[in-house]
Order: sequence, then structure tokens, then C-alpha cells
Amino acid sequence: MEKFLIILMTSVLVNNYVLSRFLGICPFLGVSKKLNQAVGMGLSVTFVMLMSAAATYPIYTYLLVPNGMDYMKTIVFILVIAALVQLVEIILKRYIPALHKSLGIYLPLITTNCAVLGVTINNINDGFGFAESMVSALGCGLGFLLAMVLFAGVRSRIEDANPPESFKGLPITLISASIVALSFMGFTGLVDGIFGK
Amino acid sequence: MSKWQNLLKGIIKENPVLVLVLGTCPTLAVTTSVLNALGMGVAATAVLICSNIAISALRKVIPDKVRIPAYIVLIAGFVTIIEMLMHAFVPDLYESLGVFLSLIVVNCIILGRAEMYASKNKVVDSAIDAVGMGIGFTLALFLMSSIREILGSGTYFGFEIPFLADNPIMIFSLPAGGFFVFGCLIAIVNKITKKKGGKKLTGCEGCPSAFLCGKKREEICGEGDDK
Repeated sequence: MEKFLIILMTSVLVNNYVLSRFLGICPFLGVSKKLNQAVGMGLSVTFVMLMSAAATYPIYTYLLVPNGMDYMKTIVFILVIAALVQLVEIILKRYIPALHKSLGIYLPLITTNCAVLGVTINNINDGFGFAESMVSALGCGLGFLLAMVLFAGVRSRIEDANPPESFKGLPITLISASIVALSFMGFTGLVDGIFGK
Repeated sequence: MSKWQNLLKGIIKENPVLVLVLGTCPTLAVTTSVLNALGMGVAATAVLICSNIAISALRKVIPDKVRIPAYIVLIAGFVTIIEMLMHAFVPDLYESLGVFLSLIVVNCIILGRAEMYASKNKVVDSAIDAVGMGIGFTLALFLMSSIREILGSGTYFGFEIPFLADNPIMIFSLPAGGFFVFGCLIAIVNKITKKKGGKKLTGCEGCPSAFLCGKKREEICGEGDDK
């Protein structure tokens, strides 16, 4: 149990995917302008991350490794993720239209989100088992959601601010992201502190 | 457009990192040291050249509807080749780039050039475009990593710089410094090109999925105000 808590806290706070590992920066900068969009994107990414971690682990462990094809993991994983996203979209559209209406528009944007591919590859590189992979995917997704929501709040303040002319738009957004990232540095050592590792 | 202009546009006018704002993830992540940044730049350039040539050559064969998955498979194939080559010949660099080497697959620049350029142009032009873009990407990474390595760890190419090495400004090699340096660089580029920050936010341009989502979904790409 403690192991799972450590993985979860590490991936949500200490090694936040967006703010300290730099994965999924594009949606982080692109879709964080409005809070509801940020939440929608964050939830969709969490969902897809869980699904892809659940799908890629067995494929890697039971199909690629026994056949000595583990070097193919990048190709296989990206295809699995792309197919999965399509499948999820079709299923949601057919059976849960309400959910599709709120999350559906974000799904196609996620296929090429590097955070999703990053989670699946990191899980393999870290040597996680199935349960650990799932917890790690959940943590990374929640970390992404947290970063998006926090940043959407910051962004709404920047809208009203009046930075120097050449800083308008993206540069000031990046500099505020830097300050948000700075605040996440406060979590360094949190896991060691709590669990006394 | 002459071939020379085609090559130069990727380096300056349409620099993929500093002007088009594509491929932000590797730009921020690997620029803590100059060697890593150059390694990443060269690897991505190699993949970009191969994929642009292959996609341009196959542009009449690949059906329009499945073009994105087809591009992704092609690119992933080249990335795997580069990964194996680097693992064999430069294992240290392979280790330090880590997961970002595999993530070249979803690098916006490569998919973006495939969709925007290679799928519509001849093989030679696409190859030149890829070389230009690749050099532009590498130069931008080099510039950013120079700033971050000199200030952040007080070294350059691993050699210590007399005064700075004793008192490095740690923050520049931390994630927060990455965002900060990148923001400042883009501001400088804005100033020089006198665009007055009029550049649209990364929403669509910086997102490889912009062409997956089409116009219908523009409202979530950062610009929509009332949705």
C-alpha cells in the first residue's frame, strides 16, 4: 500500500509530468485558457492514460518480450494509443452520449500528446508491474489535471494584466508557467519526508 | 521559392521552436546541457529528414483518410532505428536523453512538417525543408542550452567556467528556469521581428493535432472566448 502511495504522490506532486518532466506542454499551453476546458482536457488525458497503461502493459509483457521484440515498443505503443483513442471515442459516442459531449472533443487531440506515450514508456523503463503502472498512470493524469487547473487560474489573471509589448501572448504565459513550476519545487523531498525513505 | 530560400526559412523566418513554437517538450526538457541539446537536435533532424523524404515519396500512395496513422507509423519506424543506433554508438547520450528519444515520435515538428509540407511537395524540396527545419531546431536548442548550461551549472560543453562554476545560478537548470529562458527568448524574437507579440498562442499551431481536429474544434484551441 505504501508503495502505491509513494508512486501516486511522486507522480502527482514531486515529479509532476507537466511542470517538472516537461511532458504534454502543448495542451498545457494551448487548452488552459478557460477553467472548464482545462478540466475537460485534464480528465480526458487521465482517462486515456489509464486505458493506455492498461492496454500497453500486457501487450509489452506477454507479446513483445517473449518474442524478443521489445525494441518495437515505441511503434506498438503509439499505434495502440491511437487505436484506443478512436475506440473510446466511438464507444462513448454510441453508448454514453452525455460524456462524449463533454469529453469527446478533447479525445482526438490526445493521440499525439507526448504525456500519454511518455507514461506508457516510463512505466516500462521503471520496471513497474501492472498495478504499479495503473497507479502511476492515474497519478500522472491527476498531476496533469492539477497543473492544468492551477494554470487556468493563473492564465485568467494574465488576461487582465498589461505586460510589455514583446512579452504579450506566449512569452508571458511561459514566464507564469515558470513561476507555477517554481511553486511545485516546494514539493521536492515530500515523499522522503513523509515515508522516511 | 528557390531552394536556398527554402533551406533558410526553417532556420530563421519560420524557426520551428522560436517562431512556430513547435516541439516545446524536448526544447524545455533536454536543454539543461549543450551536449544533450545537440544530441536531441541531431536525432530529431535525422528522423525529420528520413520521414519527410519517405512521406513525400509516398504522398500519392497513402490514402488521404488514413494519412495521419500512416505518417505516425513511418515516423515511429525511423525513431526506432535512430534509437537503436544511438543505443549502440553513443550509449551515454542515449541514457541522458531517456524517454525523450522515443518521444520524437510525437514531436510536433516532425508530424507538422509531414502534414504541412512533405505531403504536398516533391521529394527534393521536402528533403531541403527537413534539413532547414532540423538545423533551425538544433540551433534553437543550442542557443537555449547555452544560456541554461552557462548560467545554471557554470559549465560549457562540460568545461568549467572560472567564476560561474563556483556559484552557478541553479534555478536555470531547474524546470522553472527552462520555462523562463524559453519565454524570454520568444519575447526577444518577438521584439526583433517587431511582431509586437501578435503571434497566436500555441493552441493550434503548436499542437500536432491541429490538423486532426479540424476547424470544428477550433473553439478549444485557446482562441475561443465565449466557449
